[in-house]
Amino acid sequence: MKSISDLLGEHPFFEGLPPEALELISGCGTNVHFDADATIISEDEPADVFYVLRSGRVALEVATPRRGPLVIETVGPGEILGVSWLLPPYRWTFDGRATISTSAVALDAACLRQKCDQDPVLGYEMYKRFAALVRDRLQATRLQLVDFYGNNAS
Amino acid sequence: MEGLNTVGLVEVLTLDGLDDVVRVLRDQGRKVIGPIVRDGVITHDEFDSVSELPHGWTEDQDGGRYRLVPTGTDEVFGFSSPSTSWKRYLYPERTLLIRARRDNGTVEVVQPQPDAPAVAFFGIRSCDLVALGILDRVFLDREATDPTYAARRSDVFIVAAACNRPGKTCFCASMDTGPTPRSGFDLSVRELHGDGRHEFLVEAGSERGTELLATIASRRATTADLDTAQALHGRAAASMGRRMDPQDPPLAALDPDHPRWDDVANRCLACGNCTMVCPTCFCNATEDSTNLTGTEAERWRVWDSCFSIDFSHLHGGSVRSTVKSRYRQWLLHKLVTWHDQFDVSGCVGCGRCITWCPVGIDLTAEITALATPQQSAGRKGVPS
Amino acid sequence: MTPRMYEVVARRDDLPDTVTLTLAPVDEQCPTPAIGQFNMLWAFGIGEAPISLAGFENGHLIHTIRRVGAVTNSLAASTTGDQIGVRGPYGTGWDLTRAAGRDVLVVAGGLGLAPVRPIITELFANRSSYGRAVLLVGARTPDALLYRDELEQWRGRLDIEVEVTVDSATPSWRGDVGVVTRLVERAPIDPENTTAFVCGPEVMMRFAAVSVVDRGVPAAEVMLSLERNMHCAIGHCGHCQLGPEFICKDGPVVPWPRVKPLLRVAER
Repeated sequence: MKSISDLLGEHPFFEGLPPEALELISGCGTNVHFDADATIISEDEPADVFYVLRSGRVALEVATPRRGPLVIETVGPGEILGVSWLLPPYRWTFDGRATISTSAVALDAACLRQKCDQDPVLGYEMYKRFAALVRDRLQATRLQLVDFYGNNAS
Repeated sequence: MEGLNTVGLVEVLTLDGLDDVVRVLRDQGRKVIGPIVRDGVITHDEFDSVSELPHGWTEDQDGGRYRLVPTGTDEVFGFSSPSTSWKRYLYPERTLLIRARRDNGTVEVVQPQPDAPAVAFFGIRSCDLVALGILDRVFLDREATDPTYAARRSDVFIVAAACNRPGKTCFCASMDTGPTPRSGFDLSVRELHGDGRHEFLVEAGSERGTELLATIASRRATTADLDTAQALHGRAAASMGRRMDPQDPPLAALDPDHPRWDDVANRCLACGNCTMVCPTCFCNATEDSTNLTGTEAERWRVWDSCFSIDFSHLHGGSVRSTVKSRYRQWLLHKLVTWHDQFDVSGCVGCGRCITWCPVGIDLTAEITALATPQQSAGRKGVPS
Repeated sequence: MTPRMYEVVARRDDLPDTVTLTLAPVDEQCPTPAIGQFNMLWAFGIGEAPISLAGFENGHLIHTIRRVGAVTNSLAASTTGDQIGVRGPYGTGWDLTRAAGRDVLVVAGGLGLAPVRPIITELFANRSSYGRAVLLVGARTPDALLYRDELEQWRGRLDIEVEVTVDSATPSWRGDVGVVTRLVERAPIDPENTTAFVCGPEVMMRFAAVSVVDRGVPAAEVMLSLERNMHCAIGHCGHCQLGPEFICKDGPVVPWPRVKPLLRVAER
């Protein structure tokens, strides 16, 4: 069976990170599995963990009164679920639900924040990677706002 | 000597001789179309004799201005560029493309034979003659030849006329398209006028031109005649009211954020006059219609202008919804992308777009202003 | 400029505003189209619209038409037995020869799936001539997905990777949600050895082309199919100009590097 550090090393998000750093981070990680339709994170609850997705798919949803839950975005293998743990107030903004059977490494947020505080070089590296991730998500969201396929867009 | 085709016959005719040319062309069964005075402008229409040409008239043309002015002489070709170009005789404002009938769900389509009367263009200016060559590149494209244009163009007998009195909006000399016709004509006329003299130096540019000229009472041109014509050419070329660099405009003009585009857009009314009077503007639209019972349909091709908002319409809106974007399309097409498409400028320096612009926008001034790179305000901010 | 008459032999309602018509020649047929070309479809007495070929089978033209104006409304209202005029085929096609032996990445958004459909047909017909085949499809919502049956059928095949994403969905949608460019990031291709064919709304194509090039696909191997107003389709009417390009004859399929600077100009 692969160690947490092996699993993280195979994940694109941690690509190029030195083995010592992976070892350090994996101390905060556990292997988790979710069945289809399992709720993984919930709006307004403490963001005390984030997920390094290995397989499956997670839908980020927002509940609406008339239309029911709306899926805003999905994340899948090779991607990260959750950025709210990075900064106060450490609370989830959306619901996250496994749409199919999903496996991930769960990283304890408090543990990782502490390690980043103790090792600013590692902390800077992690924050750079999360900044890129947040930028990519922001750009994708902006493109969704463009509404390419709407009748008045071209 | 400028533009002289030494292979062809060169003769000197009197005014009566010139009238004989018209008579011979009419005897050939041609409608002879030439410059005539009508509604306060010089325009083109069919005429019977040279007496109907604008004897003694010239034009005062400037940005947004056109007035007929007497020359005080009896010159026949004392004007510059008439209010209309010749394109409508080859590429009519309206052309029937197809006629169709629907009967019990079955549709029958008929393509009408092109209506191509035998014509002669009499007194076409060098700029307008060059313009016909440019339209040829559009409508006689080997991949897609327009049947109407091809049928009308194939047999036009062309009697060109050099300009002795260019107007204030003329700039063919700088565009290298005039004022004396160089090729593409059957006959080319230069009016030799002054010092009590009134004759026409006529040069044949084709076999049929030579044949026709040989039937007219005339005398051989002397070196002195040629010298006089050359002097007139030189004087005309030097008296152009405007000028423009015929080469690709500088790259600065391609900057879509150049502040001059905003400036001209604030003046432009997007009326499309420039495109209608331009001798090379070729854009068109197709229009469909039916009779009231919906059994008969027609498709017509009509002149269109890139200044109309519908011109670039796609579902959801217009690609060029602002006047600025449409003016930019027109100017950059005419002066820049035309080179890419047809290996030639779309402008021949006739100046009509300047004269007939209601607000006097002058493309020679615009392109000069656009040629100077300017920091557009939005790019890097203005140092404070 | 004279249309040939075709008869509607089949009609399928794809979406509330989109139908697919199969047309058979009444008499003389138009020349055989190349993949990616378009026809001018004529509605009697209403007008013409440029419509890409979504297929060419046994001499039948397959056209998918979205109702966006008077002409397309009339065309889309046609039923079996009705006659439609056809001029064409026109324009540049998808050049599949350049993709021979290479991975093929097709990115389609919205109705853009129709013009790339013949590419998929060609891939299946000559599967061994190409490397990996990947089709990425984006749509606004699951309900707005074109050719859903066919997509599911292709998805079941082992010789093509089909990924579908929508901009928004309800939880009953089990697939991806997000812009189509996100699918590009994880498409299973060898980027340097990939030719990409992109079709969809213009803004989507711009961003998709950037994503594809960011993935490492050579820019010259990225082809787009553009759309502009057209009246004649033979370079005479002037309406379709984009800079020096007549989209009717220099396009609709154009290499990305050639049009990139032109598409970036904000026509404000």
